Amino acid sequence: MTKVLIVAEHDGSKLNPATAKCVTCARSLAGAEITVVVCAADAAAVASQAAQLAGVTRVLTVENPANARLLSAIVAPQIVALAGPYTHVLGPTTTFGKDLMPRIAALLDVAQVSDIMAVDSPTRFRRPIYAGNAILTVEVEGGAKVVGTVRIASYEAAPAGGSAAAIEKASVSAELPTHTRFVSVSAAKSDRPDLQTATRVVSGGRALGSSDAFKILYSLADKLGAAVGASRAAVDAGYAPNELQVGQTGKIIAPELYVAIGISGAIQHLTGIKDARTIVAINKDAEAPIFEVADYGLVGDLFQIVPELEKLI
Amino acid sequence: MKRILVGIKRVVDYNVRIRVKPDGSGVITDGVKMSINPFDEIALEEALRIKEKGLAEEVVVATIGPADCQQQLRTALAMGADRALLVQADAVVEPLVAARALLKLVEKEQPMLVILGKQAIDDDNSQTGQMLAGLWNRPQATFASKVELSDGKARVTREVDAGLETLEVDLPAVLTTDLRLNEPRYVKLPDIMKAKKKPLETLTLSGIGVEQKQRLKLVKFEPPPQRQKGIRVKDAAELVDALRKKGVI
Repeated sequence: MTKVLIVAEHDGSKLNPATAKCVTCARSLAGAEITVVVCAADAAAVASQAAQLAGVTRVLTVENPANARLLSAIVAPQIVALAGPYTHVLGPTTTFGKDLMPRIAALLDVAQVSDIMAVDSPTRFRRPIYAGNAILTVEVEGGAKVVGTVRIASYEAAPAGGSAAAIEKASVSAELPTHTRFVSVSAAKSDRPDLQTATRVVSGGRALGSSDAFKILYSLADKLGAAVGASRAAVDAGYAPNELQVGQTGKIIAPELYVAIGISGAIQHLTGIKDARTIVAINKDAEAPIFEVADYGLVGDLFQIVPELEKLI
Repeated sequence: MKRILVGIKRVVDYNVRIRVKPDGSGVITDGVKMSINPFDEIALEEALRIKEKGLAEEVVVATIGPADCQQQLRTALAMGADRALLVQADAVVEPLVAARALLKLVEKEQPMLVILGKQAIDDDNSQTGQMLAGLWNRPQATFASKVELSDGKARVTREVDAGLETLEVDLPAVLTTDLRLNEPRYVKLPDIMKAKKKPLETLTLSGIGVEQKQRLKLVKFEPPPQRQKGIRVKDAAELVDALRKKGVI
């Protein structure tokens, strides 16, 4: 019997779409019974969203004032206390899941399968390594519990609607540490779509030359209803904030349309976009590696082309 | 003594184009340039800066891997680490085994801080630091882009999906480094000469009491599917036409 426990990612009121993608991954495990666990100070709102996801049979809530912020050192022992009956414990490959899941795996004394992109069997998974330049198939041996993170660019979100799953309160007896404390989070408020789930993304590179020049991208993105992304070079240079970085060490995304503007296309960047349905590259260097992966390439001056595009769309 | 332990990994240099072996048993590493994992260089640089500010007295660098890792440890000593520990292991070292080995070194060295890279660029796992912190039952502050130490605590800014998150952790703690924490220094020739005289101790996994268990079987390695090469368009109008025809805008 395959029993999957998915650790919900949320901000206290909204379930992160990455969790619905984990549900889809779990549904590809034959005959899986899927439980989502919501750790929160007040779990009601998030739990009811999780209960709506197709394929979820049960939602567990673990309410504790210590869960007001999801800090891995505090959440991990609670998940470990609940993990006993489950064959699989999954979280998303987001900074939340990447931080939390290995701590859980270590406490359970099992290996972690990072970045699951495909399920071959309940114990056999495919994952990208070397910045996506090789795909590795791994087998979890010896009947051990599978702890894994799900590469969210590889899965569609499980749809909401239909009959709601049962929501149950779980009581957890685990000693929670006080050695780790939340101070603050600073995030730019934006009305644009979220980079990780947007269907269209307009992304800029070093060739933009300044944070001021990035404004022409925002303007084009707004016309397209797109999120804005950036290459590592652009973020390092201070043209764009870190949360916009796309690539091996930033966000891995899979939009319908990705428009790379002034991005040369380092391997580390390409790994972040290889699941995009359509890639457009605009660059003045005709030899830039981005053109190797682009469906449509346009060689020229971005400062001329981008405003033209905006007018034509 | 106020000590910082830095874990490094020997990996295929990030400029090397990776090729999968035709029989699918791994990637080609023969004759390929090997380096310190770039994130681990950032970890070492941060430790050295903390020491240079007078907030630590000794920087110890450690790795778990084959004897060849001595090269990367010597590079780390040339960068400025005071001494090095090599835990020799010849088969695959999974993150959980690495974390268990590091925990043994932590027990031996009693550091106030352990700094590791946030991920190795070969297996892209991003696990070892979090696993060590879990086994040690100490704080973890991963993906750090800023670290400030004061009286037994660290205030760490982390690069998270939403933006920047700041945590306060009690020491000892485990940090893992993101790209923008610092820019590692270049090694100078005289430092390479000096590094040859610095202590490098060799241990073994069984000697420190860690079982080299492999929990994941590596079934096969494959090259990724290639994208079809696309077309060139001559101007913005042609591009917009093409995208409209394809139905993406």
